[in-house]
Amino acid sequence: MKALMYGWEFPPHILGGLGTASYGLTKGMWECGDMDITFVIPKPFGDEEKHFARIIGMSQVPVCWRDVSREYLQERIGNVMDPDLYYRLRDHIYADFNYMRTNDLGCIEFSGRYPDNLVEEINNYSICAGVVARTIDYDIIHSHDWLTYPAGIHSKQVSGKPLVIHVHATEFDRSRGKPNPTVFAIEKDGMNNADHIICVSNLTRDTVIHNYGIDPAKVTTVHNAVTPLTPEQLNVPEHKSKDKVVTFLGRITMQKGPEYFVEAAAKVLKNNPNVRFVMAGSGDMMNKMIMLAAERGIADRFHFPGFQRGSQVYEMLKASDVYVMPSVSEPFGISPLEAMQMGVPSIISKQSGCAEILDNVIKTDYWDIDAMADAINSIVTYPAMYNQLREDGLAEVNQITWDKAGRKVIDIYNKVLGR
Amino acid sequence: MKAICFYFQIHQPFRLKRYRFFDIGNDHYYYDDFANDDIIERIATRSYIPAAQSLLKMIEESEGKFKCALSITGSALEQFEQYVPDMIDLLKKLATTGCVEFLSETYAHSLASLADPEEFISQVEAHKAKIKELFGQEPKVIRNTELIYSDEIAPLIGSMGYKGIITEGAKHILGWKSPNYVYAAATAPDVKLLLKNDKFSDDLSERFSNTTWDEYPLTADKYINWIASTPAEEQIVNLFMNLEVFGDFQPRETGIFQFLEALPRFAAEKGIEFITPAEAVAKLKAVDTLSVPFPMSWSDEERDVSAWLGNKLQKEAFEKLYSVSERVRLCDNRLLKQDWDRLQAADHFFYMSTKTSHAFSPYETPFEAFTNYMNVLADFIVRVEEQYPMSIDNEELSSLLTTIRNQEREIETLNKEAESMRKNIEHFNEEHLLREKQAEAEAAEKAPKVAKAPKAAKPKAEKAPKEKKAPAKKAAAKKEK
Repeated sequence: MKALMYGWEFPPHILGGLGTASYGLTKGMWECGDMDITFVIPKPFGDEEKHFARIIGMSQVPVCWRDVSREYLQERIGNVMDPDLYYRLRDHIYADFNYMRTNDLGCIEFSGRYPDNLVEEINNYSICAGVVARTIDYDIIHSHDWLTYPAGIHSKQVSGKPLVIHVHATEFDRSRGKPNPTVFAIEKDGMNNADHIICVSNLTRDTVIHNYGIDPAKVTTVHNAVTPLTPEQLNVPEHKSKDKVVTFLGRITMQKGPEYFVEAAAKVLKNNPNVRFVMAGSGDMMNKMIMLAAERGIADRFHFPGFQRGSQVYEMLKASDVYVMPSVSEPFGISPLEAMQMGVPSIISKQSGCAEILDNVIKTDYWDIDAMADAINSIVTYPAMYNQLREDGLAEVNQITWDKAGRKVIDIYNKVLGR
Repeated sequence: MKAICFYFQIHQPFRLKRYRFFDIGNDHYYYDDFANDDIIERIATRSYIPAAQSLLKMIEESEGKFKCALSITGSALEQFEQYVPDMIDLLKKLATTGCVEFLSETYAHSLASLADPEEFISQVEAHKAKIKELFGQEPKVIRNTELIYSDEIAPLIGSMGYKGIITEGAKHILGWKSPNYVYAAATAPDVKLLLKNDKFSDDLSERFSNTTWDEYPLTADKYINWIASTPAEEQIVNLFMNLEVFGDFQPRETGIFQFLEALPRFAAEKGIEFITPAEAVAKLKAVDTLSVPFPMSWSDEERDVSAWLGNKLQKEAFEKLYSVSERVRLCDNRLLKQDWDRLQAADHFFYMSTKTSHAFSPYETPFEAFTNYMNVLADFIVRVEEQYPMSIDNEELSSLLTTIRNQEREIETLNKEAESMRKNIEHFNEEHLLREKQAEAEAAEKAPKVAKAPKAAKPKAEKAPKEKKAPAKKAAAKKEK
């Protein structure tokens, strides 16, 4: 079966969980066999893994005809695209886009990030998708998250092939219930046009059904999974301090509930001074959190190391005794699974999608700082609790593999295609 | 002659309230009174009371042919007394029929038999006293918590004078043997074992209302026929289950009460009688000894103790709890002892199990159960420490306590001695005084001319009444006491 997938991020250049999940799922589907996947992203860097999917970068898709030689192409974009594919794409330009700002190859430039003119970039992505959809051969279209829904709809209109959209998050999660109307409209349009909708958790599925008014019959949950860690990731240097370390790792934004973590920390420190708290990451609420920690008088035990990249994440986890994810609304939340892979006991909010599939974690309501503080204290005080969660958690998370999720997605494809 | 031996279990733990770590040292009340009240009242209404009424009816209608045994934990009895006193009355009524035998067990439904023999014995004694006080019976047969039994436990029970133990007929222990005989304990040949017939017991407790079961619906007629068609030489069928089976596990609308009440009639038709455990132990001979090297129970597919002590959390909590047992026994604070009892309930450990579903757990996860329990236990241990500092080890403390107690006794004997000495002295003084007076009188008669003599006698005469008054006061004080 041939699938055309639209995504926004792809490892190793990722900004959040979306890239990790798209990558894992694609690889998992490939492992199930008999899948030919074309994965389209805004801007490839050339160092992506390519053996399980063909990667096309929108920033190399021509929308205006330019006469360029093979040698020039090879030199210019050879690391990310085969010149033959460029010529084939060029043969399928479907309208005159010369009014747009294009480069010497007739391509639109993409940042591949989440810039301020994001809506414009989404639109451009959809324009390029028209070319891709006319060029390559596929049975089904699969759009990851709202940024690529317009591209998916466009492709469906061009080819008549069924569209599956994958909801990794909704605007309701990101905005704590006050959605941006533009984003909501794009999401709603995508859902209306989709032949089937895949959600990363039942929590998200409920949001899609109730807040977007979608027929439950065409919404299915496929929980995310994790990719096994490499030996390099597992064997990062260990920095153990003599104090117990409790870690929050993620964007410091409203959605992630950082203030509940600070409040719980204050409760723990009142009775148990030998604990340190770390809030790693960056975000628009960071300064507010620094203020709050100072206000609670725990700044000497509460640390903000900033954004962690690459192996720093694993070093951070390895140095931790407890991982906390107090998200107010988390469609899935892959980070506690990564913490469990590193053998760190995790506390997650019941409002996280991953709570639906995890047993060997502690689940609290995000607002219940008493319960959260109690759980933190229990893990750092009782070795039995730590070891039980650590060992059984590791065993559990190793069973959550992408090929199982991939299998479910393939089943959905077959259903949609009537096979 | 074939006989059915029914035994029904009643137990409710004192569930703990939500107890956070910052409550440690501040709040010493641990129980969720609302939940405990609510649950026992609900189950009593749904199950215990109608079931007990059914039993009473069966005894009356069969004119005493129907017999059974009940085992009720101390914590359940305490809760009945507090929340459902009607149930106590009903149980007393059952006791007076003479057809219901009350069994011994651990007062707190504890796992003490696995950790602390001394504690186990004292709990069984406490439970025995409670049964005697409420129902006027002295139990002859014992069932350990959750039917836990092993070779190690048997001699312990034998030493307490019990003639029989009720336990599980686990397949891995019996092998080809049948549970429908009386066995003797391998390590205590005088103690007989009554083994639960899993098949027939679970037909009621688990399968009765299962519509997908190929024997559904189960009628009393069919059930008694099954029992009657077991080999003729098998003399006893032990049906052991929780009383909640009637009305709670199998709701009233499944017809379980009618089924139960119909049993004596069909049993009589087939010539099957009912027998209590004590009668069975007295009448029937053991066909063989049974060795159980590792503890077994009536729980789960494994029939072992892993439901309570299977994972790290449970083991840690269990060890922490019994690490202070000796210390608690040295204390004499009543409230502390009550909490000690209630914290030992096996239920707390069951809630921490990670292997089964938690149908009865008040907690959402085993981790929550562990955290809550450990917080309570931490506070409890702080209180134990407050009684006697932990810096002194148990042996030293115990010897110090004996010294103190011995000293008390010594002081008492010395006091008594001092008292009698004082009395002697007073006696002596009085006599002495009398003699002196006599001597004086004589002297006065003999030599009235001596001028000095009255002068010397005068002060002594003045003293005498004073001394006489003092002992009189003391005697009065003693009478008041």
